[in-house]
Amino acid sequence: MTEKLYPLTFTLNGSTITRHVTSRLSLADFLRTEMNLTGTHVGCEHGVCGACTIRVEGRLSRSCLMFAIQVEGMTVETVEGLNASGELHSLQEAFHELNALQCGFCTPGILITAAQLLQETPLPSRKQIRDYLSGNYCRCTGYHAIVDAVEQASQKQAERR
Amino acid sequence: MKAPIFDYIKANSLSEVFDLMEKWGEDARIIAGGQSLVPAMNFRLTTPSLLIDINGIEELKGITHSQSTLNIGALTRHYELGTSEEVTKHAPLLSKAVPHIAHEAIRSRGTFGGSLVHADPSAEIPACAMVLDGRFQLQSRQGCRSVSARDFFKGLFETAMEPGEILVSADFDVNEDGYQSALCELERRQGDYATIGVAARAKTDSGNLFDLRLVYFALEDKPILANHAAAILEGSRGDEAAIAAAKTELTKDLNPIGDLHTSANTKLHLAKVLLERVVKNLLKHAKGTDD
Repeated sequence: MTEKLYPLTFTLNGSTITRHVTSRLSLADFLRTEMNLTGTHVGCEHGVCGACTIRVEGRLSRSCLMFAIQVEGMTVETVEGLNASGELHSLQEAFHELNALQCGFCTPGILITAAQLLQETPLPSRKQIRDYLSGNYCRCTGYHAIVDAVEQASQKQAERR
Repeated sequence: MKAPIFDYIKANSLSEVFDLMEKWGEDARIIAGGQSLVPAMNFRLTTPSLLIDINGIEELKGITHSQSTLNIGALTRHYELGTSEEVTKHAPLLSKAVPHIAHEAIRSRGTFGGSLVHADPSAEIPACAMVLDGRFQLQSRQGCRSVSARDFFKGLFETAMEPGEILVSADFDVNEDGYQSALCELERRQGDYATIGVAARAKTDSGNLFDLRLVYFALEDKPILANHAAAILEGSRGDEAAIAAAKTELTKDLNPIGDLHTSANTKLHLAKVLLERVVKNLLKHAKGTDD
């Protein structure tokens, strides 16, 4: 059976993208296979692990729980876009310094979630960091180093302002 | 896994939705936030032939209120519910429920109406709607009817909705002075499905509990009103003796179903623990200040 193709136009990391997609193609798979943006990771495919977290219309979303066709006309940002814009700089430094990752599989989802937190709450408490990151699983670090790194990044960003 | 093949139509109006539902019948599913539907499709637990995307339909959006009624559109996202000043003021129980719903990324997409019609027995919003005596507006080609929250939830993922109907919005009486609300939940990790939870509301400004309503969730196949326990506590100051008596009475209200992690007996025990917590929480602000 040939699958029907649907036209799709949206803004991805600042550029307008036009493609044809099947209806069932998840946004995560579209980003990875069609756009070669492999920073968005696919873990559980049912919204639990957080590895595929991206920004849609300025808010966090699970790209495994959206079909690509649904972002018609919307603005999407991936970890690559946040990297290019410099939004992740302090977080990346802190994650590196404090060993806040091991295998790195969960890291893009955690960075984008932490970036969103710092945008909304520039100086979060450790409890706020833990609450906000509770939807991102990491099986290596035991989370302490991640919370340390987000805290340090928030303080560095505040000093720079 | 990946979702199976389906057709996709983004509907622009309710009449277009009715046309599609008439034509496709049970092979069509409506997608709003998709935070429960898409996982089910990825697992192939549901295999609709057509997805009707309603995210562009303006009349399903928005929160409005009149003198006596708060109206919440079905497409209101969980984060909007949690940040709306009108909801905080007129239906504070709903605002208090939002932090318990999954995680920020899910709350960005998931909708208020989707949670109601999905009728997951462990969801917070259906239980809160029962506490607040919500009235749901169900629209079809034939017209609109209103169904109370108490009559709406029928069982596991089962509601009073008829084929061809869509939930448009829900009405709630605005919060009256002197009333307090609270929600207590136990979960294995922050944001997980509830192991058990209870939503409650009472008039507490005198320091005694009046008009107390308790609704448990994640205990049976739908949210359950604990009327016997509430009757025992009516008029009391939530003292030790009253709470002990209410805990005993709770066994008349509840008939928990055990799950993979928690046996029925443990759930009943936890229901009693939460009863005490929720009553203390209601009375904590008895002097008329909200948290």
